[in-house]
Amino acid sequence: MTARGFLGKVLAVVLGVGLVAGGWELFKAVVGVNDLKMPPVSEIAGTFFEPVQRGRSEILAVFLLKSAWFTLKEAAIGFVVGTVVGLGLAVAMLRSQFLDRGLGPWINISQTVPLIALAPIVVTWGRTTFLSDVQAVSLIAAYLTFFPVAVNGLAGLKSPDPEAVELMRSYAAPWGKTLLRLRLPAARPYLFPAFKLAATLSIVGAIVGEISAGVPGGLGRVILDFASRYSTGPERLYAAVLAAGLLGLFVFGLTNLAERIAMRGQPEVAQ
Amino acid sequence: MHKSGKTNWWRLLAALMALTLVAAACGNGDDDVAVDTGSESGTDGDAGDGGDGDAATCEGTDEVTLQLQWFAQAQFAGYYAAVDQGFYEARCLNVTILEGGIDIVPQQQLGSGAADYAISWVPKALVSREEGIDIVNVAQIFQRSGTLQVSFADSGISGPADLAGKKVGSWGFGNEFELLAGSRSAGVEPGTDYEIVQQSFDMLALISGEIDAAQAMTYNEYAQVLETINPDTGELFQASDLTVINWNDVGTAMLQDAIWADGTKLGDAAYDDQTTRFIAASIEGWVWCRDNAGECVDVVLDSGSTLGVSHQTWQLNEINKLIWPSPGGAGVMDKALWDQTIEVATSEGVLAAAPDSDAFTTQYAEAAVALLGGMDTEGSGWTPTEVTLNEGGQ
Repeated sequence: MTARGFLGKVLAVVLGVGLVAGGWELFKAVVGVNDLKMPPVSEIAGTFFEPVQRGRSEILAVFLLKSAWFTLKEAAIGFVVGTVVGLGLAVAMLRSQFLDRGLGPWINISQTVPLIALAPIVVTWGRTTFLSDVQAVSLIAAYLTFFPVAVNGLAGLKSPDPEAVELMRSYAAPWGKTLLRLRLPAARPYLFPAFKLAATLSIVGAIVGEISAGVPGGLGRVILDFASRYSTGPERLYAAVLAAGLLGLFVFGLTNLAERIAMRGQPEVAQ
Repeated sequence: MHKSGKTNWWRLLAALMALTLVAAACGNGDDDVAVDTGSESGTDGDAGDGGDGDAATCEGTDEVTLQLQWFAQAQFAGYYAAVDQGFYEARCLNVTILEGGIDIVPQQQLGSGAADYAISWVPKALVSREEGIDIVNVAQIFQRSGTLQVSFADSGISGPADLAGKKVGSWGFGNEFELLAGSRSAGVEPGTDYEIVQQSFDMLALISGEIDAAQAMTYNEYAQVLETINPDTGELFQASDLTVINWNDVGTAMLQDAIWADGTKLGDAAYDDQTTRFIAASIEGWVWCRDNAGECVDVVLDSGSTLGVSHQTWQLNEINKLIWPSPGGAGVMDKALWDQTIEVATSEGVLAAAPDSDAFTTQYAEAAVALLGGMDTEGSGWTPTEVTLNEGGQ
């Protein structure tokens, strides 16, 4: 990227933040919303640098970073498990027409079950077996993650030209080799959009799971905590929600980076 | 070709499973970070303090989990103190405190075997018991109700009769029965004479004037109002700005936080013994928090780093008011209040019928009090302090 391009990007981000902040204050002034419902932007920004608890030196920003790290770890495990399961399902459904027809509807149904209905079941089930609450939260994150990977993965694995598949067959290449050499590389343009979605979903799953199961240490707890004391410090809740959004942005950026590395030298495929 | 294809397929599957295991193992590592709320602080507490046996005489340590209704705050101070001060350890117990979440129902966790003991309000737990979950109230820690209906003084609401024609907030989900019964006892019919509004768990609706009376716990939401700046004056709201209806005074108060045990295991000698020891050490924690309020607040603050210092100090003071005095000894059921709770619950249709006599027992709490010997478990001489709240509860 040229220096000029970089400067332009920075300028765009600053402008975007300024627009949102300005719009927030403008809306407040025009509609007449009080500070309790919509705290001033300056207060939300300022609360990041206030001590998280009276008598402690740690500021809220540092505390939120630690909480985000905790949630990120849960989400990362969920992402890995979800991706492995999703890819496994895609390969299984590619291999077997029977599985494709049999599993397809279940995979779709799985995503219509509301997360808040599922979370307590997973936690209770985990506690009575061998899963800790944190692992249960990761499992919830995995549950959201596997879906886009499975659906896009299958489409991607099916995407090579029939001629290319025929060519592999004419080489007497085993099925597994066709998968690894032809189908998986061809699936990349399908998989990376799914990974981006899955990464942000894994954060959502981890936060919802934490709130649902009462797991301490992560952003979910912080959001629940600040929400239950909203009237005495609304800016703190906004700060926590902002932190959750930034964490989502961070993992999205990571998958973007991974895509660039994996697709290096490949012509971009429009989706 | 077909054969080798299959081999590769199995190899791939094995690889996937291995990956899953690795991920699960990573999860195991994180585990220690998460569930350390109790155990970490337990190590620096001086074990044996006040207990009649110390860890050295234990033949084995019983692993016990306690499910709370909500996350760490002074409402549960006694249990956190018992972990921190080593009271559980001294009674050969290793207690893990499970904090509550939005979807965690303590008595369901107890009933499903996911927790060994649970803290729950009496009416809610009895509804679950009526639905067939065999749980038993083994120690009634809170001897009175902490629920208020709070209004601004200028709304003119000073008793349940004044609710007529008003917008009255309630959390619902089993938190509304005292209000329903209380207003009916004053001849005001909920739903027809006044409107019930679903209230979220902060006090914004009352402060912004959307509702006339809000449900509030003495130890939480009521304090939250007093921690909020009054936009008209620029200073904190004052107690004189507010009026409260206290259900203990109206006579429709229902019993709240109690320790519930698994009814299917009670009667088993080992579980019985463990239950008595668990209650004894818990009471010891509450006694310590009564007599060492400042240190006890520090224990609570250490378990939840965003909690407000003055808010938790206030909360512990209010919680102590709910526990002390305990005329029959801490944890021992006040039969009159139990009957009142059942009366309200059945008349409001919360319970189809009064529960059988097995729903609570004083046997374990009495044994626990006896185990504590000369310790003051009645607290008749305890007097509450005046706590000054700061903005935001800081």
